[in-house]
Amino acid sequence: MIPFTIHTGLVAPMDRANVNTDLIIPKQFLKSVKRTGFGPNLFDQLRYLDEGQPGMETALRPINPDFVLNKEKYRGASILLARENFGCGSSREHAPWALLDYGFRVLLAPSFADIFYNNCFKNGILPVVFAEDDIDAMFVQAKSSRRLQLTVDLEKQQISLPRGENLAFEIDLFRKECLLQGLDDIGLTLDRADLIRGYEERGRQNFPWLFGDLA
Amino acid sequence: MAGKTLYDKLWDSHRVEDRSDGTSLLYIDRHLLHEVTSPQAFEGMKLAGRKIWRPGANLATPDHNVPTLTDERKNGIAGIIDPFSRLQVEILNINCREQGIVEFGMEDKRQGIVHVVGPEQGLTQPGMTIVCGDSHTSTHGALGALAQGIGTSEVEHVLATQCLIQKKMKNMLVQVDGQLEPGVSAKDLILYVIGKIGTAGGTGHTLEFAGAAIRRLSVAGRMTVCNMAIEAGACAGLVAVDDTTIDYLRGRPFAPQGEIWAKAEEYWRTLTSDSDAVFDTVVTIDAADIQPQVSWGTSPEMVVGITGRVPTLQGAKSAMAKDSLVLALKYMGLQEDQPVTEIKLDRIFIGSCTNSRIEDLRAAAAVVHGKKVATSIKQALVVPGSGLVREQAEQEGLDKIFTDAGFEWRQPGCSMCLAMNSDKLGKGEHCASTSNRNFEGRQGFGGRTHLVSPAMAAAAAIAGHFVDIRRWS
Ligand code: SF4
Repeated sequence: MIPFTIHTGLVAPMDRANVNTDLIIPKQFLKSVKRTGFGPNLFDQLRYLDEGQPGMETALRPINPDFVLNKEKYRGASILLARENFGCGSSREHAPWALLDYGFRVLLAPSFADIFYNNCFKNGILPVVFAEDDIDAMFVQAKSSRRLQLTVDLEKQQISLPRGENLAFEIDLFRKECLLQGLDDIGLTLDRADLIRGYEERGRQNFPWLFGDLA
Repeated sequence: MAGKTLYDKLWDSHRVEDRSDGTSLLYIDRHLLHEVTSPQAFEGMKLAGRKIWRPGANLATPDHNVPTLTDERKNGIAGIIDPFSRLQVEILNINCREQGIVEFGMEDKRQGIVHVVGPEQGLTQPGMTIVCGDSHTSTHGALGALAQGIGTSEVEHVLATQCLIQKKMKNMLVQVDGQLEPGVSAKDLILYVIGKIGTAGGTGHTLEFAGAAIRRLSVAGRMTVCNMAIEAGACAGLVAVDDTTIDYLRGRPFAPQGEIWAKAEEYWRTLTSDSDAVFDTVVTIDAADIQPQVSWGTSPEMVVGITGRVPTLQGAKSAMAKDSLVLALKYMGLQEDQPVTEIKLDRIFIGSCTNSRIEDLRAAAAVVHGKKVATSIKQALVVPGSGLVREQAEQEGLDKIFTDAGFEWRQPGCSMCLAMNSDKLGKGEHCASTSNRNFEGRQGFGGRTHLVSPAMAAAAAIAGHFVDIRRWS
C-alpha cells in the first residue's frame, strides 16, 4: 500500500448526502477482476449522460456538464469534500479503488459508512471526519470563486486551511500507523501466527464443531 | 458489573489478542466467498506467495453474475453469454479448485445467493463469526452469529490468516414489542425501523433485534430483518438464540450431529443478551404501529406505510433533507404528496437475499394463486434464492401458481437485485422489488425501485400498482 504522510491538493465539493457505493462505482464495472482502472468510471451515472459499460471509450461519451468533477475549476482535485454517511451501501472495495484511481487521496465528511471507511485505509486513502459546521464552512469556500487548496498532515492529525488556520482531527492509532508506513496488515497478523494457532488449539477442545473441515 | 450483550459474548469468545492500539485480532470461523469480490484477493495472495490459512473454513458459490434463464444455464459456465460475467464465475471456480475450497458451482443444486445458501446448509451456526465480501452478510446474524460484510482487502486478510483486525462496535438494541398485524411481515418491520432511525442510524453499532415481535418471527423472517441491518448503517444484526433457532438448525447438512450436537446446543442456548446487559443505544417500537411499507425514494429510509403519501418538500427537516428529497423525487419521477397506491408499476421482482427463501415464495404464491398479472406489467420475475429453494417450491407446486399467473420462474441468483446479469429495469421503469436497495441505477440504468415485502410485490403484480395487502382479496 502507498503510505500516506502529508498531502496537499485541490478540494472538489460533492454536495449530496448519503452517497452510496453503487453511485461511486456502478455494478457493471464490478465485473473487472483487477484493482485498478476504475477511475474513468468513478461516479459514472452522474458524470456521463449515457449508460456506461465496461470497455467503453470514456472520451467519446457525453459528459454531464453540471457534475462537479466535470467543471474546469475542480480539474485535478485530489481531496473530495462530501456530506453525511458517505460510502453507505455495498461493501465493494471497488469504491475506494475508483476514488484512488481517479486521483483522490483524502475524503472529508461529517460521517462515513463503516465498511467503506475501513476499506479506504486499506488503499492509502485517508477519510477524515469533521463536525458538520466545519464541513459546511469548507463547502462555502470550495464553492466560492477561488479554488480551495488544503494540506492534510496525518502525523500531526491536522489540516491547514488557506488562511493559516489549522483544524485537528481524530483517527485510530492503528489505522494511522498503517497508513503512515503503508503497512501490509496481513504481514502484521501473520507475525501472530502462534497466537492464532493457540486459539485454534483451545477452540478444537471447547467448540469442536467449529473446526471441522468443509473440504 | 453489568451483564453482557450477545454481541459482547460473541466478541469476547473470538478475541485472539487485544492490542495496545485499541483493536483486537478476531478469529473468523466461517468465510463465504462469491465471484465478484474475491478474484483480487486470491490474486493478492498469489502475488505475495501466501497460503490459505484454513481452506476448510471457506465456502464459495457464484451468485451475483449468474444467468437465471434456464437456457443460459444449460451449458454451465461456458454457456454464460456475457464474457465479463463468465470470466468472473470461471475465476472463482479455478481459484476454489486450486486452493481446495468447497464450491457450490453453477451446476450444483445447492448453488444460490451466498446468504441464502449458508443458513440453508447449516454452515451458519450460532456463536460463529462469519464474514463475506458482501455487505448483506449481516443476514446470518439471525441465527445468533456475529456476521459482517468486508471489503476485498479483508477477504484476503481472512484467507491468509483466518482473522481480522477490528475495533469493537457499540451495542444497539432495537426492541420491537407487541404483534404484527396479519399481512405485515418481517420486511415491513425492518423497512419501518430504517425509516425511523435512518440509513446511518446504526453506524458504529452492532444491532440486536429483540422483543416479542422478533421472537415470533421464523428464522426466515429474522434473516430478512438482519439482512437489512446494513441499510440501517450497522455492519452486523443479531437475534438471540431460542427454540426457533435450534429447531431450524437441527438436521441441516453441515450442522453438528449426535453428541457434538448436544454439546453445541447447550452452548448455543447461552447466546442471548443478559437481562442486565447495558446497550449504548435503545430504540423501542410497537409492532402494532407498522403498516405494510413501500419505499418511494432512492434510499431505504425513504419509506412510507401503504396508506401514506410521497412526502412534501415543506415537511423536510433541514435544507440538506430537502435537497435529497428534490433529487429523489426527480429521479423517481414522482410528485409531492402523491398517494403511494397511485404509483404505476412496470416490472415486479421477487427474489434477493432479503426475500427469496421458501417462506417468501409461499407468501407471494398465496397472493397470486388463481389470479393473473396485470396486463400493464411488462415482466414479473420470481428468482428463488437457491437451487434447493427452487426445488422445494416446485415440489409444493408454487412454480405452477406463478407461471399460471404470468410470472417467469427463474434459476437461483442475485438477478435483478443488482442487475449484474441480464435481468434489469429499463430507464424510467418502476419496479416493485423484494430486494434491499433502491439506490439510483441499482436495478438498471435509470430504473426506479420500490422496496416491498413478497406479498406486497405479488399483489402489486396483480393490481398493476401498490395495494394494501391487509384489505385486498
Ligand atoms: S441478492 Fe442482492 S443484496 Fe443480496 S447478495 Fe445478491 S446482490 Fe447483494
